[in-house]
Amino acid sequence: MKIIVCVKQVPAKDAPLHIAGDWIRESDIGFEMNEPDSFALEEGLRLKEKHGGEVIAVSMGPDRVKQTIKEALAKGADRGIHVADDKFYALDPLGSARSLAAAIDKEKCDLILTGLQSDDHGFGQTGVLLAALLDRPHATLIMQIDVQDSKMRLKRELEAGWFQWIECPLPAVLSIQSGINKVRYATLKGIMAAKKKEITSIPRESLGVSIQPTQRVESIYVPHKTKKTEFLTGTPKEAATKLVEKLKFEARVL
Amino acid sequence: MKLLLIAEQRQGKWNNTSFETLAAAQQIAAETKGSLAAVVVGRGVAPLADELASKKLDEVLLVEHDLLESYTPDGFTVALGQVISSSKPDLVLLPHTYQVRDFAPKLAASLNKGMIADCIAYRNDSGRLVFVRQMFQGKTVADVTFQGDAPWFASFQAGAFRADLVAPHPSGKAPVNKVTVDLAPQQIRTKPMELFREAKQAVDLTQAPIIVAIGRGIKAPENIPQAEKLAKAIGGELAASRPICDEGWLPMDRQIGSSGQTVAPKLYLALGISGAIQHVVGMKGARTVVAINKDQNAPIFEVADYGIVGDIFEIMPALTEALEKA
Repeated sequence: MKIIVCVKQVPAKDAPLHIAGDWIRESDIGFEMNEPDSFALEEGLRLKEKHGGEVIAVSMGPDRVKQTIKEALAKGADRGIHVADDKFYALDPLGSARSLAAAIDKEKCDLILTGLQSDDHGFGQTGVLLAALLDRPHATLIMQIDVQDSKMRLKRELEAGWFQWIECPLPAVLSIQSGINKVRYATLKGIMAAKKKEITSIPRESLGVSIQPTQRVESIYVPHKTKKTEFLTGTPKEAATKLVEKLKFEARVL
Repeated sequence: MKLLLIAEQRQGKWNNTSFETLAAAQQIAAETKGSLAAVVVGRGVAPLADELASKKLDEVLLVEHDLLESYTPDGFTVALGQVISSSKPDLVLLPHTYQVRDFAPKLAASLNKGMIADCIAYRNDSGRLVFVRQMFQGKTVADVTFQGDAPWFASFQAGAFRADLVAPHPSGKAPVNKVTVDLAPQQIRTKPMELFREAKQAVDLTQAPIIVAIGRGIKAPENIPQAEKLAKAIGGELAASRPICDEGWLPMDRQIGSSGQTVAPKLYLALGISGAIQHVVGMKGARTVVAINKDQNAPIFEVADYGIVGDIFEIMPALTEALEKA
């Protein structure tokens, strides 16, 4: 199977965010692979190990996202595609998906995998849009993939503890639900091997994708608080004692 | 403004988030002096269309077809694409459910349009609608507007509006109009099969008056007994955010959030939980929320009544001791 996995690079989980215009200040924070995408990558690697083939990691963004592609290569992906664009954060979901679709269309892969959503924009649309643009069947919130010849049996997560089995022909696009698998770490051997693997850089403008934005982020800001939080301070013991008093005599829930 | 609400049902039962979004749609229709239609899609769903017609709406569209009995993204995209092309709404509103995530971006793209998904609110800036959605896992929010021509697509997050505020129809019932769609079996490429639930719900967290929930901050399974001790001392049930259950540190039936249980206890203690929206939608109905987290900017504090900024491994034992003494 030829499998493409879309991996996004996002600010590290504990990175302090400083809003700058319609994005954040990037200069003083670390970045990491979007966690939901790491589950998609792991699933791609497992399918390759089971059925043979190739895993291609694709990421869009400025030069820094090559680091995330390298991480995918170190974990076992065979090669990388970097869709280069310093202002990719300003793309809307459709513009972003159109660019990725144009970059990967000629690969004629069997399967495209994405994570459920990104931890930065959180659009949660890329996989479904890729399927629409490339005219492939798709399914989302996938918790299990069984490949049988030219089709797949898939376990989809629904809400409130429900699941559903569906059948989906190949080629297809799947958005993977977080928690589907245990993500592997890169080994030292993998990191060394990754150095010899190829990353193709494609400037996004060269793809000839016309981007008519359907939506625009006008401003980003820290949310207005809906509840007034009373912070309890002091040593752990003092704060704990204050909290018990508050819960007993003020909130009256104990 | 002409609005269309896509209501969601599965096997003849409503997804209740549909009514939350209906409340939003009624409000927008009133503010823009526009009209509101709602569409129900399925097979044998006329009783649901009838029920919807008792709400304040101008029209209910009933779309029935054998191939729409079970949900498929292909079937729903084709059918709803035809409904939108014929009814020509300006704004299509959907509840941000798992099913909507699965087809709505494709539906919008099939008409060459975009969707602002997972909104938590909207603002009417003198006739121009601004949609508010979260970014960076709830650490920031963004004002987003549509560009280009209608139709525009937007979905509202569960809990963003109140279903109990849906207005009834002022004079009895709105008309229910059947819409015929052309749909052929070969247009549907995926084949839906049986629905099932995994393990029986061993613990019904929805009935627990007090819940002590742990998140990534617990760091390792060896630390869970500390939280269990605290839960025992306070008389509560232990629960967790999704990553803890994904790791297998606690069983899935103890998960709170969009993919787990939705609870509204009188007291909710969030320990080392950052407050990603997927978790918050499952617990924001709690009467009193206590958040303990080392990061004072963690979004969980947005919904907390009481907060302690600090190390949960220092505060858990101190709190257990204080409770045992009290």
